[in-house]
Amino acid sequence: MSNGEQNSAETEQGAEDGAFAETEDFVTFVIADQLFGIPVLKVQDVLSAHNITRIPLAPPEIAGSLNLRGRIVTAMDVRLRLGLPSRRESVSMSIVAEHDGELYSLMVDSVGEVLALDGSAFERNPPTLDPKIRDYSVGIYRLDDKLLVVLDVNRLLDYERVQAA
Amino acid sequence: MDDLLSEFLTETNESLAELDVELVQLEQNPNDQELLGNIFRLMHTIKGTCGFLGLPRLESVAHAGENVLGKVRDGEIEVTPEAVTLILESIDQIRVLLEQLEATEAEPEGEDTDLIARLNAFADGGGAAAATPAEESAAAPAEAAAEPAEADAAEAPGDAAGGDSGEVSLDELEAAFQAAKGPEELAAEAAAAEADEKAEDASAEAAPEEAPAAAAESKPEAKAEPAPAKPAPAPAKAKAKEAAPAADGKKEGSVANQSLRVNVDVLENLMTMVSELVLTRNQLLQILRSQSESEFAAPLQRLNHVVSELQEGVMATRMQPIGNAWAKLPRIVRDLAHELDKKIDLVMKGAETELDRQVLELIKDPLTHMVRNSADHGLEEPADRLAAGKPETGTVILNAFHEGGHIIIEISDDGKGLSSEKIKKKCIDNGLVTEADLETMTEQQIQQIIFKAGFSTAAEVTSVSGRGVGMDVVRTNIEKIGGTIELTSVEGRGTKFVIKIPLTLAIVSALIVECACERFAIPQLSVVELVRASAHTEHTIERINDTPVLRLRNRLLPLVNLRDLLKLEKAAGLRCGEAAAEPVQAPVEVSAEAPAEAPAETAAEQVPAADAGEADSQAAAAGPEEEDDVFVVVAQIGNYSMGIIVDRVFDTEEIVVKPVAPILRDIQLFSGNTILGDGSVVMILDPNGIAASTGEISVVEGNEDAVKDRSTASRGDSVAMLVFRAVDDTPKAVPLALVARLEEIDLAQVEFSNGQYVVQYRGQLMPLILMEPGQQLESEGRQPVLVFVDRNRTMGLVVKEIVDIVEDRMNIELSSDRAGYIGTAVIGEKATDVIDAGYYLTQAFHDWFAAERGKSEEEGSGRRLLLVDDSPFFRNLLQPLLTVSGYEVVCAESADAAFELCEAGEDFDVIISDIEMPGMDGFEFAKKVTSDSRWADVPMVALSSFTNASDLERGRNAGFKDYVAKTDRDALLNTLQDTLTDLRGAA
Repeated sequence: MSNGEQNSAETEQGAEDGAFAETEDFVTFVIADQLFGIPVLKVQDVLSAHNITRIPLAPPEIAGSLNLRGRIVTAMDVRLRLGLPSRRESVSMSIVAEHDGELYSLMVDSVGEVLALDGSAFERNPPTLDPKIRDYSVGIYRLDDKLLVVLDVNRLLDYERVQAA
Repeated sequence: MDDLLSEFLTETNESLAELDVELVQLEQNPNDQELLGNIFRLMHTIKGTCGFLGLPRLESVAHAGENVLGKVRDGEIEVTPEAVTLILESIDQIRVLLEQLEATEAEPEGEDTDLIARLNAFADGGGAAAATPAEESAAAPAEAAAEPAEADAAEAPGDAAGGDSGEVSLDELEAAFQAAKGPEELAAEAAAAEADEKAEDASAEAAPEEAPAAAAESKPEAKAEPAPAKPAPAPAKAKAKEAAPAADGKKEGSVANQSLRVNVDVLENLMTMVSELVLTRNQLLQILRSQSESEFAAPLQRLNHVVSELQEGVMATRMQPIGNAWAKLPRIVRDLAHELDKKIDLVMKGAETELDRQVLELIKDPLTHMVRNSADHGLEEPADRLAAGKPETGTVILNAFHEGGHIIIEISDDGKGLSSEKIKKKCIDNGLVTEADLETMTEQQIQQIIFKAGFSTAAEVTSVSGRGVGMDVVRTNIEKIGGTIELTSVEGRGTKFVIKIPLTLAIVSALIVECACERFAIPQLSVVELVRASAHTEHTIERINDTPVLRLRNRLLPLVNLRDLLKLEKAAGLRCGEAAAEPVQAPVEVSAEAPAEAPAETAAEQVPAADAGEADSQAAAAGPEEEDDVFVVVAQIGNYSMGIIVDRVFDTEEIVVKPVAPILRDIQLFSGNTILGDGSVVMILDPNGIAASTGEISVVEGNEDAVKDRSTASRGDSVAMLVFRAVDDTPKAVPLALVARLEEIDLAQVEFSNGQYVVQYRGQLMPLILMEPGQQLESEGRQPVLVFVDRNRTMGLVVKEIVDIVEDRMNIELSSDRAGYIGTAVIGEKATDVIDAGYYLTQAFHDWFAAERGKSEEEGSGRRLLLVDDSPFFRNLLQPLLTVSGYEVVCAESADAAFELCEAGEDFDVIISDIEMPGMDGFEFAKKVTSDSRWADVPMVALSSFTNASDLERGRNAGFKDYVAKTDRDALLNTLQDTLTDLRGAA
């Protein structure tokens, strides 16, 4: 497990450098018609709709918490985290990722397939990218028909960094 | 780390801790040979193990310490504070070395020559004091020579043998020698001879059997030597004494084999797993409940029991006596006493009280800090104590006990107490509180300020306390584990802290409540009671400028609405049923229209608009009428009580507290979250956080009640009267304090038995008494009843309606000769009949009072009378009775309270005292009053539930003039009359 994390951390590192040729697997998902990806090794689970307990006084993007096989998972609406308007349709899917020993469920519009992406198709964030997305994005993959934004789960879930900044 | 080494470290640390405690005990009981033997053995074991593991530096320190102990054991050195200090010093040094050893896995470089030299010098010098000078002069140098010889000898064979078996036997050999060591040191030659012998034995072929042989050999030799030199049989005796503990030691050893050292992590893991198991079981049981018939029922019941037992078992492994956390305290207090030049007695009660290891760890430091505080700030200098008329030795008492699933720890001292003046001054100096605020604060509130950050009362910072990390840290730490801390202090008399903590942190019992369709858990620990508040019951929520309050037993309870507090207000635009069934997105959807930053209300306002038609409950919830039918959870946080308004209350559930995600840690209203039996996640509310968010710092009138009670004294105190109507329209009144509860009973439940009405009430039959004879009860409907309770008896007085509660001076202006009435008083500007509750009590139970009420309205002619009785019931009963007979009555709830009045300069013509009272009983009280107080000449009358000849005799001996049965009021009045007449005659 720790090995896997290390690997993914390394590959991410590589991804940032934009200088590796091997392929990496990404779980893809869509938010507001934009395709995003998270390294597959980061993902623990993919959930469909689940009973969520609201948490009063929590930041607005924290949708609540849920019970995933006896573990308490904090659900975050990635739309709100990215500063996008929240979705109207009620059904969504979630990707469960671990950060600092805690499980988080990232609520997205829909989860797509797992893609193996070639490092050569990677590019750093274009400087003109919307700052809200740029904050949490590692870089962009050029796919044949569209672009995939690689989300940085650590930054997405690291509130201390934001507070410190 | 090497297993052997870590084992050694654990064991040695334990031994050191034990040594700390025992040395302090020894200092107090210098003649306890058994204790001394044990100390010696511990020190010796440490030395032996150090030698075995090849830790010369540690060994040499231990050896030097042991030397001194050896001399002490042989009676050559007396147990003096200096000796103990020196030995403690060597223990500290060993501890320091061990720490470094643990960190680096190697013995630190360097030598402890200074300490060793001092220990040796003490061993020699101290010896000189005990032995005859001539003998000593010869022995001292000889011994000095013997020591290195021995040391060499010990090392040489170790090297020579080179193998483990050799070393083990060497160790044993050493132990055997040690038994003969006392005399040996007296006679230098013997020691030298032994050392040689040892070297030979060990290097030859060190078989274990040889050890005892060698000892046996050396023993007679050693014994023979000192015998002529010192006629006293002391050494021989000392040895005999030592033999016994040694045997004990073996026995203990075999017991120790029954236990197993387990890594704490293993236990922690086990506990986590069991917690999960408990949760899963709860879930299964919940499912089972929803199914009327299931083949799983029987196995699940079985599982339920097994899991419960497993949980208890695992909990038991984590339980440790609280004494473990106290082990260091005697040492700390002793050192403090020396440093501060005070005399301090540390009394520890209930050390065997067990609590969870985790909790234990967490309270260890706060407790230590508080005991230090008590010893340092609390207790005065001996001179000041004497001046204040207290014994020179100050006492710090630690007391632990179980109470209803919690552990209560009390730390009290008989020191100077908290000085409000000093606290005030300090507050102003520090700018913690403004002068204006202080003006409005009660004594209690001011004392609570010590829990604020940045506060330390010690005028100067001593090395022990007063570093500004004070009680606030203590409080925070205790609250962190879900505990509370309360403080009571009387200036000049001492301070008492009461800490209440849960038995365990892992699994807690919690009350599940619902508010705005969300469920929350409130730890049972802080829940005192539940009150249902609605317009149809006596409990109605009232508002003072929109602040909700509740009248509860004649007090105003501040309320917070969970809905407002959590900003749940209108956010839930759905009915609870739907909300529960709705998947995930329900809450998200609600805020759909709102941009991320917008407060939830914006979104919410739009939603009810759409839902308005069906959501009538919602509409109601918006207005102030929302409290139409709600529940108030009365929570107690320290001294502070507060009501939390919730919509519904479910049952209690055992929950496993899990920490919340880091993102949510800064929401102070939650202490964690958990998974309920039905699988849903709920947040656990933190009552401390709620109190804090309402701007309270555990300060409040809570304790004022107690204070007020204590001095129900002062004359003309206003009394709360319950005004009601019974048969006619004349208002009737009874002191509120006499009434236990106001109830409304269902008349259909009333039965007629044994000539009176009875009703089943709280598992008992409660007689119902009517105000007028011949009155009939209706057969249905509801009937208000005043419930009187004394001890285990309950009686209901049937009334027509309850009018009001009036706080007024009880001033009976017309006394009555109607049975059942004390007289008429003006209450609430109306002439009101004050009823005699006692009369009705006798109606319910004929033996409640022995005698019928008489008409002894002899005038007491303004005599002042002190009534000492611990039962508020009797105080309240007798006070009006005596008042109406013309006495001016002052009440005190205990002998101590009475003495306070004495000190306050109050004077009385007669004292009536109860006999059975907690604390100082009536006999003691009388003795103390008649022997040494200003009141020595005041006649005293004893009041007791029991009267027989021997009691009477005892009472007279103690100084009581007369002895009256509590229930015999005529006799009481007559006796008072007689006593006062006697007095007048005598004067």
